Amino acid sequence: MAQRPAELATETLSTTLGGQGDVADFVALLKPRVMSLVVFSAVVGLVAAPGSIHPWLGFVAILCIALGAGASGALNMWYDADIDALMKRTATRPVPRGAVSPQEALGFGLTLAIASVLMLGLFVNVLAATLLAFTIFFYVVIYTMWLKRWTPQNIVIGGAAGAFPPMVAWAAASNSIDLGSIALFLLIFFWTPPHFWALALFREGDYEKAGVPMLPNVAGRAETKKQILLYSIALLPVAALPLLTGTAGTLYAAAGSILTLNFIRLAWMVFRTPNREDEDRASKKLFGYSIIWLFAMLLLVLIEHVLALPLWTAVF
Amino acid sequence: MQVPQPFSPDDLARRRRRSIVMAVVLVVLMVLFFITTLVRLGGNVAERAL
Repeated sequence: MAQRPAELATETLSTTLGGQGDVADFVALLKPRVMSLVVFSAVVGLVAAPGSIHPWLGFVAILCIALGAGASGALNMWYDADIDALMKRTATRPVPRGAVSPQEALGFGLTLAIASVLMLGLFVNVLAATLLAFTIFFYVVIYTMWLKRWTPQNIVIGGAAGAFPPMVAWAAASNSIDLGSIALFLLIFFWTPPHFWALALFREGDYEKAGVPMLPNVAGRAETKKQILLYSIALLPVAALPLLTGTAGTLYAAAGSILTLNFIRLAWMVFRTPNREDEDRASKKLFGYSIIWLFAMLLLVLIEHVLALPLWTAVF
Repeated sequence: MQVPQPFSPDDLARRRRRSIVMAVVLVVLMVLFFITTLVRLGGNVAERAL
């Protein structure tokens, strides 16, 4: 049936003028909590890098990295709106809620992505901008569009996207990719699987409903708990890499060892818990602790550099 | 033909808030670009060959 002129005009107006999201909805598209961890890890990369950068340019570099992270979040929410609507944790995000149209989220994300990469390239250096562009590409295309709905190893490989920010900041400060920045990358990269699988254990139903192949609903809870424990044990040698590359010192070694051993202890508690209820409680505890662990490990590196404490001599 | 009214007063208030934030962001970007240009050029402006 042909549309009446008034209906057609209303539809055209809505299409032309976009959705009715508030400022807070657009802020939510940037995933502010993820962004805060990205900014913090980037600050650590910037401070730990050899050489010096003008404080203002350092600030601009962190701002660009934050904008790039926000862009990734917005593009992720644009693409994942269909599955976000099915999961309790994500159903109230701006796109599935209808506050922001998918086209707006796409436009917002692309604008921020292009602007952040261009600004970083023009104001700081091309290497950092290239790494930032690759990070956004990796998170949006490799993780969100490809791995997330295809393989239970999604967050293992996709975790690289979250591990790049200190490397981008390091490149911004030193115009180089060193073993020290790779050590910080690996610290976050190996932290990601136990962190997200702990979440997936107590949110298993959500992921299953949305058809996202997370490890618990593909390989089973027992296998997931084993993998969590193995990755947590692997954190011990990985956490030593900043020491061996001369990026961290004795304070990091001492406090970091205790923090990591406690990480393994909590992963062991999850592994050996037999019943579902205790398992959920243990995995929630591990999930919460994993956030504190990463923050504390990076903070230790930051403190050592800010206070100019002696660092270990690089082995590599 | 009756003119369609697709937006409620609430919708218009939200749009206004978005517009104000966008204006503020543009001004902040202008200041950011200006200061960054000064920092990057440093003393080279004064020392350039005339």
